[in-house]
Amino acid sequence: MTTATPTVAAGTQKTGGRGTSAAGRVRKRLNSRTATIVSIVIALVWTIPTFGLFISSVRPENEIKGSGWWTFFTNPSFTLENYQEVLFGRSSSSGQLASYFINSLAITIPSVLFPLAFASLAAYALAWINFRGRDWMYIAIFALQIVPLQMALVPLLKFFSTGVSIGGVTVMPAWDLVDEQKFAQVWFAHTCFALPFAVFLLHNFISQLPGELMESARVDGATHPKIFRSIVLPLITPALAAFGIFQFLWVWNDLLVALIFAGGGDETAPLTVRLAEMAGTRGNEWQRLTAGAFVSIVVPMIVFLSLQRFFVRGLLAGSVKG
Amino acid sequence: MEFDFAAEQPKFLMLMYGLIAFVAVVGGLLLLLDVVPAWFARRREAQLVAASASGAPLPRRRKPREGMFALFFLLPTLLLLTIGLVAPAIRTTMLSFMDANSNDWIGLRNYGWMFSEDSIVRVLINTLVWVLLVPLVATSFGLLYAVMVDKARFESVAKSLIFLPMAISFVGASIIWKFVYAYRGDGQEQIGLLNQIVVSLGGEPKQWLLDSPLNTLLLIVIMVWIQAGFAMVVLSAAIKAIPADIVEAARLDGVTPWQMFWQITMPSIRPALIVVVVTLSIATLKVFDIVRTTTNGNYETSVIANEMYNQAFRYGQNGQGSALAVFLFILVIPIVIYQIRNIRQQREG
Repeated sequence: MTTATPTVAAGTQKTGGRGTSAAGRVRKRLNSRTATIVSIVIALVWTIPTFGLFISSVRPENEIKGSGWWTFFTNPSFTLENYQEVLFGRSSSSGQLASYFINSLAITIPSVLFPLAFASLAAYALAWINFRGRDWMYIAIFALQIVPLQMALVPLLKFFSTGVSIGGVTVMPAWDLVDEQKFAQVWFAHTCFALPFAVFLLHNFISQLPGELMESARVDGATHPKIFRSIVLPLITPALAAFGIFQFLWVWNDLLVALIFAGGGDETAPLTVRLAEMAGTRGNEWQRLTAGAFVSIVVPMIVFLSLQRFFVRGLLAGSVKG
Repeated sequence: MEFDFAAEQPKFLMLMYGLIAFVAVVGGLLLLLDVVPAWFARRREAQLVAASASGAPLPRRRKPREGMFALFFLLPTLLLLTIGLVAPAIRTTMLSFMDANSNDWIGLRNYGWMFSEDSIVRVLINTLVWVLLVPLVATSFGLLYAVMVDKARFESVAKSLIFLPMAISFVGASIIWKFVYAYRGDGQEQIGLLNQIVVSLGGEPKQWLLDSPLNTLLLIVIMVWIQAGFAMVVLSAAIKAIPADIVEAARLDGVTPWQMFWQITMPSIRPALIVVVVTLSIATLKVFDIVRTTTNGNYETSVIANEMYNQAFRYGQNGQGSALAVFLFILVIPIVIYQIRNIRQQREG
């Protein structure tokens, strides 16, 4: 398995590239200066749109609307008013993003924890407990990854709003949730949709743990729950982190599931729903849109940058080996 | 600051309930798994003691019931998958053969509608353009960049910058790019980067997102911008995994960089390449947020996922929405079969 991360790769390069062998010279010629310059230019071009958004978000309203953000460097004027307005402003047009920010948090935290716990339990059972039909069950869960979540939306919403009845007998009453209780629907939906991939990813890791470890623990009389808690869980922390980051980014950035199961009000809707709405109805209020977009970007960006190592490892394990 | 924290309290309370439920469910499950076997073990011990005291034959030792454990470990996952994914998917398939209110069976009429209504055919064509272009462009760019930056001095920084858009939500990315495409009337100072470039080259500013089919291509740019980093990271790892001795041997034979790329690099990273293309194709098929945020599907930019949302949740056309969802699922299947066949070939080869 290839788990090279950008940082690791850069580290090995330093020791490998010093040689003055023939290979080293060829390598040098390959990485000519032009290639380096081109790659840096591309990286900068890639960053410019985000950078422009950020610069604009700290410019006063009339300047954003009157001149391009690149004039900031010749004519700098700085303000935090956009952020204040978009986060805490009282008028309904201002954004009130602080409220939606809390919604995003309230949606995301349980939506990460539930699938993480359930999937690691399931992945352990599928990897290390012998029972009939185990392989088929794993294949079935694995195959569910390809079902687009669009296939589940309409009936699942109906399940929440009217419950289930078979032949007139109510099997499951309607959830009848109001306001902030609707968070539960979103948690439920996100957990269901995340499980196939979560089980697949964690199974990849758990099934590769050394079998002797489990065997000797069994001989010592440890039960499955004990092995799971005291041996498996500590060993798969990197995998848990990888999936946790995945799921965090996915839920925090999701629009579709939130739109359908959380509704659009400030009691439950997350940042993405609010921003999409602002982009639609107030598409030219750039002072709010730029600041608002940046508010929604900043949390995943921090998570991503600080935990990139785990994320890349999970990405590679999840895709290359699949 | 006039932010009302009291109004936010119910949310935190709800979040706390959620966390309590989490601890209760997971903790309870683990506890149950601990307590029940211990109880069985004690009872068995008692049986043994009683049996040996009375001199009766020892009860036959049964095999430990592994299956029971597995059931409990798997219970939450299986339950949730059944309720949240399997049953709804079956139901959606049924709904796609029913009318708007899901009362009467109408056969294949929803599917007929999909291919006869001009606006929906347009949607299908758009989706096709997306699925052809995004994987192709994002993968080639990612590959090119991975090769170019491999072992360069700024490798990790350069890669991080390309990779960063993956952390940004589709909604955020759409706003970022909408700002790039922003339009100000002729004669006014432009605030969008693209129009500014056009103007400074002597052209006329345009309302980029209104002209079909150019607008679809501009939306595709957003998706490529986000996904190229994914392709780059996976392919870069694959390139680094090519055994060094193969590369050295080729160099000693004096191959040109061009030959090296096509005869050594490409064949070695083929499996990773396929995974990237397949993953991107599936992600692109389901693209929704970008179209909804930038144009809301207007100006002939709509795609299947967006149209499915509109039909089912805005126009109340459950049948037609479900048919679109099923069609989306059908489109995914050949891609997945292709990948499975490739994996199998790899294992055999």
